[in-house]
Amino acid sequence: MKTKNETSRRDFIKLSAQATAFLAIGFSGKASNELVKLVNKTALGVEINPYILINELGKVTLFNARPDMGQGTFQALPLLIAEELEVRLDQVDIQMSDGSGKFGSQLSGGSSSVKTRWIPMRTAGAAVKEMLIQTAAKRWNAAVTECYAKEGAVYKKGSSMKLGYGELVEEAAKLPVPTQPRLKSHAEFTQIGKSIPRPDVPSKVDGTAVFGMDVQVPGMLYASLVHSPTIYGKVKSFSAEKSMAVKGVRFVIKTERNFYHGPFPTDAFKAKAKSDAVAVVAESYWAAVKGKKLVEVNWSSEGAESTSTDEFFLRANEAAKKEGAEYKDAKVGEVGKAFAISDKVIQAQYQTPFLSHAAMEPVNATVFVQDDQVEVWAPVQGPDALVEELANYLGIKKERVKINVTFLGGAFGRKAYYDFVLEAAHISKQVNAPVKLIWTREEDMQQGPYRPGMISAMKGGLDEHGNVLGFEHKLVGGSIMTSVFKFDMTGKSDPWAGEGINLEDSPYAFPARRNSFEYVAPNLPMLWWRSVYASTNLFGHESFVDELAHAAKKDPLDVRLSLLEKSPRFVAVLEKLAQISNYRTKRAKGLGIGIAIARSFSSIAAHAFEVEKNGKGVRIKEVFSVIDCGTPVNPANIIAQVQSNIVFGLTATIKNEIRVVKGQVQNSNFHDYAVLRQGEIPKMTVHVMESTEVPGGVGEPGLPPVAPALCNAIYNLTGKRIRTLPFDIEQIG
Amino acid sequence: MAVYNLQVNTKKHRVDVDSDTPLLWVIRDEIGYKGTKFGCGMGLCGACTVLLNGQPIRSCSTPVSTLKATDKIVTIEGLSADVTHPVQQAWIEAQVPQCGYCQSGQVLAASALLASNPNPSDADIDMALAGNICRCGTYQKMREAIHSAAKHLSTKKA
Ligand code: FES
Ligand code: FES
Repeated sequence: MKTKNETSRRDFIKLSAQATAFLAIGFSGKASNELVKLVNKTALGVEINPYILINELGKVTLFNARPDMGQGTFQALPLLIAEELEVRLDQVDIQMSDGSGKFGSQLSGGSSSVKTRWIPMRTAGAAVKEMLIQTAAKRWNAAVTECYAKEGAVYKKGSSMKLGYGELVEEAAKLPVPTQPRLKSHAEFTQIGKSIPRPDVPSKVDGTAVFGMDVQVPGMLYASLVHSPTIYGKVKSFSAEKSMAVKGVRFVIKTERNFYHGPFPTDAFKAKAKSDAVAVVAESYWAAVKGKKLVEVNWSSEGAESTSTDEFFLRANEAAKKEGAEYKDAKVGEVGKAFAISDKVIQAQYQTPFLSHAAMEPVNATVFVQDDQVEVWAPVQGPDALVEELANYLGIKKERVKINVTFLGGAFGRKAYYDFVLEAAHISKQVNAPVKLIWTREEDMQQGPYRPGMISAMKGGLDEHGNVLGFEHKLVGGSIMTSVFKFDMTGKSDPWAGEGINLEDSPYAFPARRNSFEYVAPNLPMLWWRSVYASTNLFGHESFVDELAHAAKKDPLDVRLSLLEKSPRFVAVLEKLAQISNYRTKRAKGLGIGIAIARSFSSIAAHAFEVEKNGKGVRIKEVFSVIDCGTPVNPANIIAQVQSNIVFGLTATIKNEIRVVKGQVQNSNFHDYAVLRQGEIPKMTVHVMESTEVPGGVGEPGLPPVAPALCNAIYNLTGKRIRTLPFDIEQIG
Repeated sequence: MAVYNLQVNTKKHRVDVDSDTPLLWVIRDEIGYKGTKFGCGMGLCGACTVLLNGQPIRSCSTPVSTLKATDKIVTIEGLSADVTHPVQQAWIEAQVPQCGYCQSGQVLAASALLASNPNPSDADIDMALAGNICRCGTYQKMREAIHSAAKHLSTKKA
């Protein structure tokens, strides 16, 4: 059996090829704090997280610890290092982290990667650069200030003297690591802020990029699952006979699906902690799928009869009459008093549906459990969290869990929930072989977890001049914290659910304001879904701001500008949006425009939708967008992400919802859970604000304002207010 | 099980599989070209698109038994030897892919379009790519890339 140190040595040797000297820099400590630590070849056993490796041949390897699901971390994080290290991105090799604790947090989620790693990554790059320059200066008997680094080499000013990084590493590795190296100013950036090509792109146009789906390991078997038709069901009995008769089928066995993040099992939440499943394990995937269709299972699905999405929304509408648990940190003045003195009080209720993530790559995982160790090859958003989960589940040490992160064929939150990896582990353990589990599209859609269906109950008060006196936003629905982490949210204000409408995200200067949350159990598994609660909350929030503007007979843009007066970044975004969309120009008859703005994940995004009549419905003519995400790291990628969010958000607005009847999800594949296709998308024009602020998120902030901007535009065109999503855009107006 | 002779990316392959096995799984798991993806299994998403005698087809819904030994099948790996097909070049230039999972299918569908229609209109593009879902929403960039590939092809000819 290999020890931990031997494992890292093996990995190291693979990385450094024939080199004998090298320089490795990372962060000490579990928390990945700012202290940079040096390791030389005599310290192989030391636990470091090598974010930078340079060998004596000058080969630079940078580690990316944030899985790439299409949002661009594969480039953006190494780029932060490369900028300060003075290497071009096309000179380096990028490797993925493996989930081990030494890399610190490795979650791609919450649009947080660039935002949180902005300083640490650059510091690491700058520290190494300073060490290399120091070494060269010493060798030339020159002052450090006479030397500079560029594209992987150190130069002496005013001379032709040059030393490649490879020639310097052995000596540089003996120097102490500068703890506070000088970081470049924005003006000095040569790569950040430029649309540098993403190194993963060529592999994604010639079929060589490796996704979870593409993993192949020796001796691997394929598994397909029969899940409970009512999600939480248990197997009473099953017959494997017909399935076993399929050539290539090796095992038909009972397995289980876990719904909660560990520890397992649980008390009050026990009923929804696990479901059963039957796995068909075969020599080929097609045999497994054929076998799956022939398994006969007798399910017990107690309580599922009464679960339906219609019934949930009835209960939620009823619960919307309650007070709701208040968000103390979003409270301003007393809304009750404000409404009492208002000239006009209006109320409206908005509804957003349950949705599936439906990433193009169905969830899958290849797992090999052996004795006290496990190796995983899978498309996962947070390999470090998965290490913990698997160690917990299998009762083994974290050091014995190895995760090989592949590219993710889309995720949108779904692949930061590891039920499918645990299933594959459970199966692998039983059959004693590496197992590649692939969910069918139908399972992907019918087993959840889902974006929570929510209701926003809105109330606003205006004085006789049409000024807003009070604003209330009550959230009603399920809780991701309950569904994933077993927190009881009954009577509490779910701390996550208030995102996008808290005072920082929605700085409207209402004299009185109240946000609250009322928990209603959906009896279905819930999960974060691209932009999470901001995706549901902002529909009611930004539509209702429009309703108040219309009630006050004021222009919705003017109302926003005046309520946001003290928030210059919001004002600048709105002004830019007005400009690129020609908002102020009178539109031809038959054309309407609507806007919405939202801050989420530390970035501000606003859209203007221009719409026109189209028979019985409405057609989106063009979408204009502005995003302020702080310092733009890769403008082309930011534009792509905003476009991506418009398409994703529009699908959520005008296509299908997940419907459940008697505990069974009614949708099954892309025919009854349609998503936007080429030919259904409007023209999109995106503007990225210049900024030197700390970068904010990019992968999600473009989504929340989509639905309200479109519905505000439709109101502007037709006078019809849409309060329930999704709706049929061809039959509206 | 039965033996089938297939011509994939100009190479001949003999595979021994059930007659109802979809071409998708033959290509991926028997022959080993992983660029062709599984997305829906029902002909709805286009992730599994390959070219059959130049025409884009859904390999997930094409049983291996329906193919002839003379049929020419091209997967993304066979589109060019070194990523030089004009569509691939235009895709890189425009930085089209995000997650990339749908892109093999998109690139093949676009290459088939340009082969039959060297100067497609927006409507032609909409039609030709209607069967290929991109959940990351790269649609606008794909449209731009197809137009630029078309332009490139026409200047090359001139
Ligand atoms: S996998 Fe064949 S069309 Fe979706
Ligand atoms: S690039 Fe992700 S699905 Fe198209």
